[in-house]
Amino acid sequence: MNVAFTAEELDFKNAVRAFLEAEFPADIRAKVDGRVRLDKEDYVRWQKILYRKGWAAPNWPVEYGGTAWTAIQKYIFADEMARVGAPEPVAFGIKMVAPVILTYGSEEQRQRFLPDILASNVWWCQGYSEPNAGSDLASLKTSAVLEGDHYVVNGTKTWNTLGQYADWIFCLVRTDNTAKKQEGITFLLIDMNTPGIKLSPIYLIDGHPEVNEVHFDNVRVPMENRIGEENQGWTYAKVLLTHERTNIAGVPRSKIRLEKLKAIADNTPDGQGGVMLNDPVYAKKIAEAEIQILALEYAELRTLAALSVGKAPGPESSILKIVGTETAQYLDELYLELAAWHSLPFLPEQFESGFAGEVVGSDGAASAALHYFNNRKLSIFGGSNEIQRNIISKAVLGL
Amino acid sequence: MDFSYSEEQQMLRDSVNKFVQRHYGFDTRKEILASPAGFSAENWRLFAELGWLTVPFRIEDDGFGGLATDLMVIMEEFGKAMVVEPFVAAAVLGGGLISELGSEQQKSTWLPPLMSGSLQLACGLAEPDSRYNLASVTTTAIAQGDNFIVDGSKILVLNGPDAEQLLVSVRTAGADRDVHGISVLLIDANSAGIRKHSYTNVDGHRAAEFTFTRVKVPAERLLGAVNGAYAGLEIVVDRATLAVCAEAVGALDSLLTKTVEYSKTRKQFGVAIGSFQALQHRMADMFIECQLARSIVMMAAMRLDSDAPDADKMRAVSAAKSRVGKAIRTVGQEAVQLHGGIGMTDELDVGHLFKRVTAIETLYGNTDFHTARFARLWQSSVSNII
Repeated sequence: MNVAFTAEELDFKNAVRAFLEAEFPADIRAKVDGRVRLDKEDYVRWQKILYRKGWAAPNWPVEYGGTAWTAIQKYIFADEMARVGAPEPVAFGIKMVAPVILTYGSEEQRQRFLPDILASNVWWCQGYSEPNAGSDLASLKTSAVLEGDHYVVNGTKTWNTLGQYADWIFCLVRTDNTAKKQEGITFLLIDMNTPGIKLSPIYLIDGHPEVNEVHFDNVRVPMENRIGEENQGWTYAKVLLTHERTNIAGVPRSKIRLEKLKAIADNTPDGQGGVMLNDPVYAKKIAEAEIQILALEYAELRTLAALSVGKAPGPESSILKIVGTETAQYLDELYLELAAWHSLPFLPEQFESGFAGEVVGSDGAASAALHYFNNRKLSIFGGSNEIQRNIISKAVLGL
Repeated sequence: MDFSYSEEQQMLRDSVNKFVQRHYGFDTRKEILASPAGFSAENWRLFAELGWLTVPFRIEDDGFGGLATDLMVIMEEFGKAMVVEPFVAAAVLGGGLISELGSEQQKSTWLPPLMSGSLQLACGLAEPDSRYNLASVTTTAIAQGDNFIVDGSKILVLNGPDAEQLLVSVRTAGADRDVHGISVLLIDANSAGIRKHSYTNVDGHRAAEFTFTRVKVPAERLLGAVNGAYAGLEIVVDRATLAVCAEAVGALDSLLTKTVEYSKTRKQFGVAIGSFQALQHRMADMFIECQLARSIVMMAAMRLDSDAPDADKMRAVSAAKSRVGKAIRTVGQEAVQLHGGIGMTDELDVGHLFKRVTAIETLYGNTDFHTARFARLWQSSVSNII
């Protein structure tokens, strides 16, 4: 047992660090440091830089443009990315639909869709949840009826993240109402410009329309946009839920957020003549958060180490989602508490690109509440943390 | 990065596991606890024969290697079966102090009989007012001719009732809580002027309170440099802390396994109680706590075996003790709760595991103490941990 990186891993770490220092655009870094919301152009520009380096999709097979990195190398990459605040590629294309296309799509579909995903030419979004199908996703009702060589899609998807930027959407649709609910679902890829698709923004409690409802009114989807076989979509979606577990815990980002929190706390008067970092009650919370991140980091490293010797990530990786999201949310609480009075002003425009007005609060204090509210989503999306506990109970503990 | 056990560690684990399977059933353990000594001398001889008493010691002291990861392997298996023999008190702490502080002559005098199972040691470090501060030492040792004269008292000396030799932290200079001025003496437990009050702890382990009144200790019984024992004390107590953390990881795993098994067989309202989601999620949370405890103990053990600076090692141990302490509360309490009334009874092992892990929570500094110690050492940042 030892925790040291090998010489090769250290070389890799240095290479990643050097690349990021040279190539991560200074203006995007300034935005991240100032907690300014990134826009589509920022994401696409950065992803194209990664693409040119060959690092846009580390988890893909090499023949499709992935890397041959080990689990530990992927971990190092994520760690270094977080260190400079470089955003991870938007998940919907590279991490979510691409593995489905890779595993269950036809060769023709791979050639048609994957290059544009890799090069960030096309922005994807997700059509899974519906107004009446959340954690019970398999009860979805959006229907697709085959007419000639097209499916005709009708229904409503919701919690569609950043669909306003998207060119394509991947959807689970119902193609059989008579079978068991999991067995009548089909996986479709749909061009967002198809007539009959309408987006209505949903404003979240932080005041931002991060998600949408997507309405489908007789939307005609060519049959060749179906992944695999009709009525097998649930299997495709589910099998891949256990993949793509790297960095699900968000450890690198939490580590950096904690470092910044400590630096701010060291500079924040406690009103009693000292600083908040030395406030005994607050310092205890910081220490507990830090200890939790350490435990989580090693839980993740254990999972990665198992992966790198060829074992599949088991359902126990659900703990990474639960603990990772709860830890991130706890950090939001600590930022909120640290901001004190200046957590109160609702000034989201201060954190939008190009804001030139008078700034209220230092160190982004007025963004603390926005992040706190927004990140309540973490324990809800991606299979709510209660669903993750169901997975542990059933698949790990055998209950 | 490698999280797998070495071949030697696998053999060690298998050998401890085989022993507890064969010799450490719950009823046998009860009989051992009910005996006058509170542990089995026969088991202790077996530990020596199997070489386990050499595990805490470096090769140059004729030990197995002295790796914290080895200790972790052995202690986790001990934890699963609630082994009561004073391995930590006598070997890890007592022997550890001799190995860390002692001269070559002292080591060659005391370590061989310890490793061969013929010497019982105990450490007197805590005092009535010290809580967990190893530097809070008011027991005095004043040099007088060729002797030290020791006055003061030590509390909660684990293995105190049976120890033939006591390692005692004493103040030879400075004021209470000064780090400088602390020394360690190896005191014959039968010396004149020692009063011993023995008792049993909540977990069945034996301990004693000691009062020293003008106890004469030969000067050659000083371990290491006079006034300079504190740094070594801290290192050795950290290793004992890591050891009981690993023991807790094993015990918590037992608690989780037993609780899950019970919930599958216990029927209420016509179904197994394990089918209730309210209980399933609580067991999922127990599982999470067990995994996080295991992960952070591995981190700390590997850290101790690395060439990291001492402050980083201390911080790693405190992180582990703090996090394991939290896991102990959750898993221990939930195991009893989910068992219901039967979990409250003396006849079931669950309550005994609960008591042992709860005792571990206090040993060598409780959760709050180690959280605060971790925070004090905050300069070395978390991202430098690997």
